[in-house]
Order: sequence, then structure tokens, then C-alpha cells
Amino acid sequence: MQPSNLPDDHTAAMTRALLGGGIPRGVTVKRGQDRARRFAVYRNNVMHSLTQALATRFPVIERLVGTEFFTAMARVYIEQHPPRSPRLFEWGDTFAEFLRGFAPAASLPYAADVARIEYARGVAYHSADLTALSDAELSAVAGWADRARLVLHPCVQMIRSNYAIVDIWQGNQPDQAPRPIAHRAQTALVLRTPHHAIPVLSLTEAEAAMLGAILAGMPLLEAMMAAQRVDPAHSPNTLIALLHSHQTIISAQEVS
Amino acid sequence: MSILSKTLPLTASLATALTLAAAGVAHADGEMEKCYGVSMAGQNDCAAGPGTTCAGTSTMDYQGNAWKYVPAGTCATIETPNGMGSLEPIAG
Repeated sequence: MQPSNLPDDHTAAMTRALLGGGIPRGVTVKRGQDRARRFAVYRNNVMHSLTQALATRFPVIERLVGTEFFTAMARVYIEQHPPRSPRLFEWGDTFAEFLRGFAPAASLPYAADVARIEYARGVAYHSADLTALSDAELSAVAGWADRARLVLHPCVQMIRSNYAIVDIWQGNQPDQAPRPIAHRAQTALVLRTPHHAIPVLSLTEAEAAMLGAILAGMPLLEAMMAAQRVDPAHSPNTLIALLHSHQTIISAQEVS
Repeated sequence: MSILSKTLPLTASLATALTLAAAGVAHADGEMEKCYGVSMAGQNDCAAGPGTTCAGTSTMDYQGNAWKYVPAGTCATIETPNGMGSLEPIAG
């Protein structure tokens, strides 16, 4: 749990109180003031700032359900899943799962997968800085492509969905007017560019099979086979070029 | 032999892909839709922390848990196998 200089029992009591429990022993107010009333202001500030943090992390979800719904939902999430780390960017890792089981949002079955995209973007943004393979180094790998295994930057994440999550994410950016979005299954690729932009890209099924295999640590050749089982005409050019141009191929290892 | 004859073309296409990528030329069939990467400015300093904002202090508490809300955002434009997403807001 979180580091603190306060005694554990007091910290725990304060945490419970802030999430709706009774006011802890030792909390006092000036003469003539209402203790419950004063504590409610504090509790409300915590709830408000965490709600804002959640909305900042999941702006598309907020737009999909509307601010009123989001605010009410955030309260339930905060009570059930308060931050476990003092690093706010680590909070929200359970939000997608929460959405999946949240009955009032059951009419939006895609919301959980869209939330996975939004969380993955934060992970990508905060992932470590690593040096990618240079053009010359990648070019050299071509000489032993049959024995190579690629290691990708930890910012690279893939999210498979039965819903059109990339279209939904793109169509709900701040500059986009609401428009009809047709149903289809999509796989999203989230990564960080050298300029610290976090694009959300759509992969074909064959590309998803190939990237999934690479991410799972399989050799390139096996990744290629996986892709061609989906689409015999699959070409790896686009995916490899994309990964390299965004400097996400960190190293190549020789398969023994 | 048969394994080799099967993997040779794959190896060749992988070598090509790596070479093209290294040369920065492979923008093949445009299968990949690139969208604007909305930058994540401000991600780490979410609004103000407790005690540093007055935004929340005017109300005593957030509304209770009574579920009178239904999704009412842009979700109505999105098709699912079960029809459009949103429900109508419940009156009252």
C-alpha cells in the first residue's frame, strides 16, 4: 500500500472515511463548527479531484456516456478501486474490467475495450526511454531474418476487440462531431512516436496475428506464418516499416 | 527440405520488409490507417490535487448513489450487434 508517515490505523481510517465511512477518531473542528460538515468538504475535494483524474485518463469514455453519467460512475469506481499507488498515472488499470461488469453501462458493450485503449495510451506515454535499432542495424537483420526475434519497445500494445474500437476512439476525439459508426471487429495498436504522440492505429487481422506473435516473443518466421494462416497474401512490409519508423524495434536476437 | 522450401519465401519476404523499413521506403498498400496522435500533454498533472482546488468545495458532496443516470453521450451514434448504444434518459 501507499507509503506514509502516519500510523497505519489512522491512514486506513482516513481512507475509509474519505470513501464514505465514518469520520475517524481524532478529527476535530473549531468550536461551533459542524464536524461532519467540515469533513464532507474534504471528502468532496478528494472525490472531485479523483473524478477529474479519471476523466482526464478516459476522455472518450466520458464523452460516450456523458458527463453526468461519468461523474456518478466515477464515484462508484473510486469507492471500489481507490488509487493504490501515489503515482496517479498508475491508477485506472482496473477501469476497463470495472466497466465490463458495470450494469448501468451494459448497453455499451464496447466501452471496456475503448477504456483499454485509453489506459494503454497512458502506459505508452510513461513507458521507459529506450534506444531503437538504427537503419543500418535493422538492415543487417535482413541477412539472418530466418533466425531473428524482434524485441519491441514496451510502449507497443495491442488491443483486440469484437467491436469497432479504433473507429469509436477516433470518432470521439475532441475535434470530431458525432457520426454513425458501423459495427465491425477491430484490433488497435497503441504506441509512442519519437515526438511523444500516442497514435491509435487499426491493424488488419493478419497484422494483428503477426504483431501478437512478435509481442509473445516468437521468432519472426513463426510470426510470419501466423499472419499467413490468417491471410496467405499477407505482406509484412507495412507493419515492420511502421514499427521501425516509430523507433519501436529495440533489438533483434538470434533464435538458437 | 520441405520445411526449407516452405520457409524460404517467408524468409525472403521478411528480409525484404526489414530492408525496406531500414531504407524508409515501404509505405506499401496503405492498409494501415494512421490517425492523428493526440498528444498526452498534461497527463501526469491531472487537474489539481486535494486541497489545491476550490472547484469541488461549493457543493457539500457529490450526488448519492441513486442510479437515475443512463449513458447520454455520443454513444447513441454507435452501432452494436444489438442496435444502437444509448438508452433514452429516464424522465424524472
